[in-house]
Amino acid sequence: MTTTDRGRGAQRSRTVELGMPTVASDPHGHLRGREPFPVAAHRALADTQLRQNLGHATRTIRAKRAAVVGEVDDWEELRRAGECLKAGVMARLPELLEQLEASVTARGGVVHWARDAQEANRIVVDLVRATGADEVVKVKSMATQETGLNEALGEAGIAALETDLAELIVQLSDDTPSHFLVPAIHRNRSEIRDIFLREMPGVDPDLTDEPRRLAMAARAHLRRKFLSARVGISGVNFAVADSGTISVVESEGNGRMCLTLPDTLITVMGVEKIVPTWSDLEVFLQLLPRSSTGERMNPYTSTWSGVTPGDGPQAFHLVLLDNGRSNVLASPDGRQALHCIRCSACLNVCPVYERTGGHAYGSIYPGPIGAVLSPQLTGIDGPDDVNASLPYASSLCGACFDACPVRIDIPHLLVQQRAAAVAAHGRPTAQDLAMRAAAAAMATPGRFSLLERAMKLGRLFGRSGRIRSVPGPGAAAWFGARDMPPPPAETFREWWARRQERS
Amino acid sequence: MTSARDEVLARLRAARDAGGSTPPEVPRTYRRTGSHAPGSAGAVDRLEETLTDYRATVHRVAGEDGVPAAIARVLADAGATTVVAPPGVPERWLAEATASVRSDDPPLSVADLDRVDAVVTGAAVAIADTGTFVLDALAPDQGRRAISLVPDHHVCVVRAAEVVSSVPEALARLDPDGPLTFVSGPSATSDIELDRVEGVHGPRRLDVVLVAGHEV
Repeated sequence: MTTTDRGRGAQRSRTVELGMPTVASDPHGHLRGREPFPVAAHRALADTQLRQNLGHATRTIRAKRAAVVGEVDDWEELRRAGECLKAGVMARLPELLEQLEASVTARGGVVHWARDAQEANRIVVDLVRATGADEVVKVKSMATQETGLNEALGEAGIAALETDLAELIVQLSDDTPSHFLVPAIHRNRSEIRDIFLREMPGVDPDLTDEPRRLAMAARAHLRRKFLSARVGISGVNFAVADSGTISVVESEGNGRMCLTLPDTLITVMGVEKIVPTWSDLEVFLQLLPRSSTGERMNPYTSTWSGVTPGDGPQAFHLVLLDNGRSNVLASPDGRQALHCIRCSACLNVCPVYERTGGHAYGSIYPGPIGAVLSPQLTGIDGPDDVNASLPYASSLCGACFDACPVRIDIPHLLVQQRAAAVAAHGRPTAQDLAMRAAAAAMATPGRFSLLERAMKLGRLFGRSGRIRSVPGPGAAAWFGARDMPPPPAETFREWWARRQERS
Repeated sequence: MTSARDEVLARLRAARDAGGSTPPEVPRTYRRTGSHAPGSAGAVDRLEETLTDYRATVHRVAGEDGVPAAIARVLADAGATTVVAPPGVPERWLAEATASVRSDDPPLSVADLDRVDAVVTGAAVAIADTGTFVLDALAPDQGRRAISLVPDHHVCVVRAAEVVSSVPEALARLDPDGPLTFVSGPSATSDIELDRVEGVHGPRRLDVVLVAGHEV
């Protein structure tokens, strides 16, 4: 995909009053797809390989998560603590950020502020250029995916090497991520082997699709890069305001490599990733691994505070990114979406995500949380904004809320975002007209009875036992996603009247 | 021109005020102490189970006296010919090892570390519930992060006194001022079909020598 055909957010006027919350800039189109969810979902549903891969992966992870969550008898108490901690962070966000800035600076780090994606990318590009490096190693980071940092680095002649296995798979196959935790969840082992054989220089031609062999191939491919890297780029899982401590939670050790071996470390964080104190991590380090990979603890968690003489990068830069988060924060309920710790449990339990996969959502934030976060970050830009379709990518079954380790009420936010999407319509839609007609028809018993009799005509469309399409404005769109049983030959009221007569 | 800092903070203040600025009270009703007392036999046994479950190999020894032989054995089993240890690791830990010992004082280059077969460290704290031990880079027997990262085989000595049950108890013992690394099993990935596979970029082999002879 090119940057121009997806970058509609970037072209919008950005003249804003100082202090007014603004929506995200999206220079590389990573927060908005090119088509509405139903269109993308239809295509995804037709891909049986994709559905098999997703079904297998999400079933596996759901079982693992359930087993390790079941071990923790105070899980609900931890969830409530996590929820309130995050709500407290939102209520004190500006002050906590200033505290974080002071504590990171006091420990030898340099803090930068970025209003939007372009500004964050510019800061990082300038920092990398100043080191003279033309290559950086990256730990998986949603924030830098959001800003399109890799593209920006590429335009500046700097190669960005993704080192997380799944990110590497996505990067090698020129694909896009479809899951927070496992960006290549849509690929199965034999597809991954084929990508490695095709794209990985010097790979063993006898590579099998055994996961261990695939992991070994990635190790061999990246090892030399790690050992010689001069600049590392990371995201953040949690940033502790009072101690200036940053933490990165990972599995493979690629994070440790990127955080430890380079001379310069540049870390990009969305402003919401902050927690007040070190001891607050006792809640999140229990909630996150069990919810995300279904492990009691992920293999590696790194924490660091500024610069430590004699250990690790001697230059540390922290880039604090707004990019639409202030817009989300301004909504009393909607700001809950900023509580997300990116565990992806809601994706794994979502019946819609399990069938469509992440690409159908367009944004790099897919699944239930993405469906409420993306439209708030970007704002809804009129009735044709594809992100307006995201809040409908749900059956409102509530599984996402039950799985969320910080109790984000995603179903409630989905309904709110649907209302926001409707409000963005300048002119009445077919649905509005249908609802108005229904209201008029149901206003009196006489009209309703007339309507019921008219409805029987619908039986003409349902001779196969289901009504699959009906002519008329709006009906095509409605039936595009639904079948309907034909109306009964006799209405309830007719049946009731007949029964009364008999008795 | 307004700085990005001022503008971002002003936006966030306006947004925060619009959306509400009263922090809720955080209910700390979750368990802050685990089911086993720190250093107890129960905690050490549970640690052995959880470490083993995530593919670390645990070697129980009755007391500090057993450490040198245990280290020598795990290094020999792995065929390690060179081993590095941070400056604060007791010399006697490596006294029986046949592998040649590289000192990290002055610090070895990354390329040198890459040629070392194994690393021996102590630990700051270990968490029984999760099968985790934590390395504190400022602790002399744990050392700078690179030495426990680049060699492919990590031997970590954990004493019963360092074992706690739960995550909250562990964090309370740790000082976040220096770099910390929480290690739970050898490096692994769940990126292929969400199945856990051990052995990616970090040390692929993890041995834990658990010193647990005496009740604390």
